[in-house]
Amino acid sequence: MTPVLEARGLTKTFGAVTAADDIHVAVADGEIVGIIGANGAGKTTFVNMVTGYLKPSAGQILYRGTDITGRDSREITKLGIHRSFQIAQVFPDITVLDNVLVALGVAGDLPRTIFKPLRSPKTEAAADEIIARYGIGEYRNVKAGLLPQGVRKLLDIAMAMVGDPKIILLDEPTSGVSADEKLEAMRGLLKVLKDDKVTVLFVEHDMEIVGEFAQRVIAFYDGRILADGKPDEVLSDSSVREFVIGPELHRRSAGKD
Amino acid sequence: MIDRTVWGLFAALLVVLGAGFIAADWAQFLLVLALAKGMVVLGLLVLMRAGLVSFGQGLWYGLGCYAAGMAGNFLGVTDAFLLLALGIAASTTVAFILGFLLSRYREIFFALLNMAFSMILFGVLVKTSVLGSTDGFNVLTPTFLGYAPSEAALGDTVFLLTAVISFVVAVLIHWYLGSTMGFIGEAIRENELRVEYLGVSARRAVHIKLMIAAALSGIGGVLTAIAVGHVDPEMTYWTTSGEFVFVAILSGTGSVAAPFMGSIIFEVLRTYAYEYSPYTWQMLMGAVMLLVIIFLPGGLWSALSRSRKGEGK
Repeated sequence: MTPVLEARGLTKTFGAVTAADDIHVAVADGEIVGIIGANGAGKTTFVNMVTGYLKPSAGQILYRGTDITGRDSREITKLGIHRSFQIAQVFPDITVLDNVLVALGVAGDLPRTIFKPLRSPKTEAAADEIIARYGIGEYRNVKAGLLPQGVRKLLDIAMAMVGDPKIILLDEPTSGVSADEKLEAMRGLLKVLKDDKVTVLFVEHDMEIVGEFAQRVIAFYDGRILADGKPDEVLSDSSVREFVIGPELHRRSAGKD
Repeated sequence: MIDRTVWGLFAALLVVLGAGFIAADWAQFLLVLALAKGMVVLGLLVLMRAGLVSFGQGLWYGLGCYAAGMAGNFLGVTDAFLLLALGIAASTTVAFILGFLLSRYREIFFALLNMAFSMILFGVLVKTSVLGSTDGFNVLTPTFLGYAPSEAALGDTVFLLTAVISFVVAVLIHWYLGSTMGFIGEAIRENELRVEYLGVSARRAVHIKLMIAAALSGIGGVLTAIAVGHVDPEMTYWTTSGEFVFVAILSGTGSVAAPFMGSIIFEVLRTYAYEYSPYTWQMLMGAVMLLVIIFLPGGLWSALSRSRKGEGK
């Protein structure tokens, strides 16, 4: 079966620095993939290349077998590959409702919306439904710039999900969420994503989250893939524990075990 | 679609029409100029909502002015509606072409690149003797769908046309700004990256906004040319563009009515400042701008909306 997303020899260099080096990944439809790695390991570079933010220096990206290498972010979004960001990308000076309304409005064919109002009872009801699904209803009329970081992240993801994506890449979806709320937040989020039958790739530093929710884990180290497989296999791999999880997490993990 | 703003604009139209028809000729003329220039400022409002300021609106305004003047003098066209169509076509076509470059830039680069193009047009007009060089040339007396008003009725007719067009344009822009496509300007101003990752081309949206602003300026230019009966290169000069930015800041961007209100205040203020202080009137205008920036950073319209909110409490 053709993978929904495939990277073949994906490489990105910035001058003398190689941020991603010969990355080979094939993701099946509906898979939930956790991406781990220390800072600077190449996780976000990989996400940025797949979503068109960065053009690869070499290699290919295929979406359902079609080469999409080098296409810009807008084209890739229109294909159905959406993303959220490490630093949530929202419209800070407008309310949560308006943020979602904009996302809903542009999900259609924009030129036809020249006189179609952004706000109407119908669009507001649809926006309210989305806001409720992500559990941020209490912030409906709060300006996005004033939201707690975790809520802002959820809004970012909610907006990315409005356009009915087939794949979503989440860059550290639980950063900014308090430690005791992380698991619950991720559980709620993944339920929504699973209900929508979206293939998920999420970058995460919290190994508990990765172990709990990923069906497969890809570990990055120094721009390369160090390990790729089932969570328990990858997370217990000695080189992953040494180079990726790091001495501090390693100790914490060992303590829990 | 017919909301409070539309009703408010309709009420404003009736007030303007009433005031214009009972006012002295000079005041009516002033009102025509203010409304025509208000349309140019409305174009600036569309850009400013997207976080863009243009110091070159004189380019589109001047194209409208010269299109009207040239159509009359070289093609014998005098019908005001046809002149308006030609003015819109001229400014929008040039905006479409230049937009491919301008829409790539933001902030000061966008502002100054617009100004650079307006100064190129100014330079061309100044050096073109067939267009009267620095003196410009007279515009033929307009007709209106076959109706050729007497000299006495011409002022009233131009005023009526300007007021009605201002109303129609303001309503259309109000609807546009309330649509997703209009509102995307505010999204671009706040976070262009997110806009792109929603699948929207920010550059294309800015290009369209530039063409809308040019069309509005073109209408303003044609109406000014018809009302004044003369065009000259000064209409494309950077000080003219600066005046539009001045009025835009004075008015604020809170409503489509703000540019017209600001433009009327500006014209009245300038007339009286010039009357009573012919050598230092710019100082007075500068002081007004200073006060607005300090006390009403959202422009004069923000004072109105603030007092309305106060009433609502």
